[in-house]
Amino acid sequence: MPEILVISGKGGTGKTTLTGAFAHLASNKVVCDLDVDAPDLHLLLRPEPESVTEFYSGSEAVIAPERCEDCGLCAEMCRYDAVGRGPEGPIIDPLKCEGCKVCVHFCPAQAIDFPEKHCGQWFISRTRFGPLVHAQLFPGQENSGRLVTLLRRKAREMAERDGRELILCDGAPGIGCPVISSLTGTDLAVVVTEPTPSGRHDLERVVDLCAHFRIRAAVIINKHDLNPEAAADIETYCRAGGIEVLARLPHDPAATEAMVRGQVVTEYQTDGLAGLVRQAWAGIEALAGLKRAA
Amino acid sequence: MKLAVSVQGKDLKAQVDPRFGRAAGFLVVDEDSLESSYLDNSAGVNASHGAGIQAARTVADAGAKAVITGFCGPKAFQALQAAGIKVYTFEGQGSAAEAVEKYKAGQLAQAGTPNRPGHWG
Amino acid sequence: MIIAVASGKGGTGKTTVAASLASVWDGPVTAVDLDVEEPNLHLFLKPVISGRATAEMEVPQADESKCNLCRACSELCQFKAISVMGDVLLTFPEMCHGCGGCLAVCPEKALSPGARELGQISWGRAGRTGFLMGRLRVGEAMSPPLMRAVKNRLAEIQAGEPGDVIIDAPPGVSCPAVNAVMDSDAILLVTEPTPFGFYDLKLAREAFEPLGRPMGVVVNRAGLGDRSVHDYCRESGLPVLAEISFDRRVAEAYSRGLVVAEALPEAREKFIELAGRARGLVQGAAHA
Repeated sequence: MPEILVISGKGGTGKTTLTGAFAHLASNKVVCDLDVDAPDLHLLLRPEPESVTEFYSGSEAVIAPERCEDCGLCAEMCRYDAVGRGPEGPIIDPLKCEGCKVCVHFCPAQAIDFPEKHCGQWFISRTRFGPLVHAQLFPGQENSGRLVTLLRRKAREMAERDGRELILCDGAPGIGCPVISSLTGTDLAVVVTEPTPSGRHDLERVVDLCAHFRIRAAVIINKHDLNPEAAADIETYCRAGGIEVLARLPHDPAATEAMVRGQVVTEYQTDGLAGLVRQAWAGIEALAGLKRAA
Repeated sequence: MKLAVSVQGKDLKAQVDPRFGRAAGFLVVDEDSLESSYLDNSAGVNASHGAGIQAARTVADAGAKAVITGFCGPKAFQALQAAGIKVYTFEGQGSAAEAVEKYKAGQLAQAGTPNRPGHWG
Repeated sequence: MIIAVASGKGGTGKTTVAASLASVWDGPVTAVDLDVEEPNLHLFLKPVISGRATAEMEVPQADESKCNLCRACSELCQFKAISVMGDVLLTFPEMCHGCGGCLAVCPEKALSPGARELGQISWGRAGRTGFLMGRLRVGEAMSPPLMRAVKNRLAEIQAGEPGDVIIDAPPGVSCPAVNAVMDSDAILLVTEPTPFGFYDLKLAREAFEPLGRPMGVVVNRAGLGDRSVHDYCRESGLPVLAEISFDRRVAEAYSRGLVVAEALPEAREKFIELAGRARGLVQGAAHA
């Protein structure tokens, strides 16, 4: 069963706006929001949670002041500068603690505890477009490849159990850990870009990342009319790399107007931008080998 | 010689689990006597990172000399290779007992390279 | 003073604001791009680069002849970066977080420091503005180690040439973003007046509040969307320091790689005001 990931490298290119529209257009799928850091897809899909599960990952070191002898060894050994001073003696800054356990292990007084970290929550929800698997990391928490992997696994289990045809994922921005966890083993990466220096620069890094992990990529150029020459340049770059350009979408207030109404753009209108998004989706279905209803 | 089969249940009748790193558990089977014991893989399932490495450690510590599974990622493969443990691919669905029979009949292909791309997480 | 330009959501205009702020800043200033996964600041400031360095992380290198298979390293490592497999000592350098634990715990001195490349650091000048950035190696999963290396380089630069610092932070609210803003004297949160912008502004405020730094909001693309962001700022006491109206000319200037404050005179005035208010935010907190 195919899994499609929509990513962008750079934030703000319209990745979530488009994934929302694709969720509307795709039939018989499970949708998965893998941007666990700043998930926005739920603002369009307005999910009703059916289950909430707490997510624990890694551990953090906590000094027990009553056992601490203030020898200073933890501060000396910590490579992350996480040991500071509080009113009762040394104190570990949870924002800096990497969870490496070195201080816990070497403390001569065994004064450091190592509890699991409560990092966030994940949800299985109902939406008007079908089931949604999503999560929210608590602010400041470690951006977790494991949470992304967990969500993908749950989405796949549900899809197989319910006889779905597709897993559609909204990815995280960037090229780091959560994006890597979203990409590996997916069937198609749809990269949303814009004709700006940042958009182009970040597109190239994401394409490199896809190549590194041997994932097929296709591109949508959003807001192409902001800079037609730069958009044409991007097309040349894609063609040279054998990457299909699925669509060139104009910068259109319809996307924001729809969002403000809690709708995806293909619910808000049928022509204009929405018409082009439909065509892009048809291209994606063809690439992913999805059967389309006659 | 001991084999480790990734499984979804706890005995020889259990279905083979196609995953290695996040398999529910492993059945360690003596290929001659067919005596088996079950190894839970919650350490692998729950690992934040490096589930494949954790699973490789579990089967190596149990003394297995060969692994039968569906898909094995690069880090797990590297770890198993380092320990001299061979990886055999069981395709499709079937029970652990069937997998062991096919292995003994020489019908399972040996994995020469990892047969799934790397994972992070 | 150090001003961090951040946002919960990507694409709100952090880099636009950081570049423009640096270009109008009164006095010596260094612009630092800490969005090491997708650094963009250099595309606008167009610095002349005078120096580069490869940043590396210390990872264990195994001398198997000395290993007695005691497994102390394997049991301590929280990241599965080192394992004893049968009678072989195996390391996975890409999993390593550089904590030094295995090196410290090995009784046989079988481990020595090796290196894994994190990415590249480069520095230079863009006119009057100092410039520093990090670029994560494609395939490297962790941002914070490279960010720490960039911050160390910043400290070296500041020691020789003191001045203010403007940080272009990565988007989001998890640890790379927190890492980027944690040393600042004030945080500017860039948002857009849409439901996405509003939601992510709330996330950003919750994420950064524990740091105890004064925060102010810059509303980009004002006029396109709704009032939810403004209402939220008023209710939560977050000062709106600047509003940049949605203007196609701004978007086009940005799409041509221009610094908005340099391309449009009205915009320049706005950013000069913003710079003054950002200073005020820092000084107000210092006197509070």
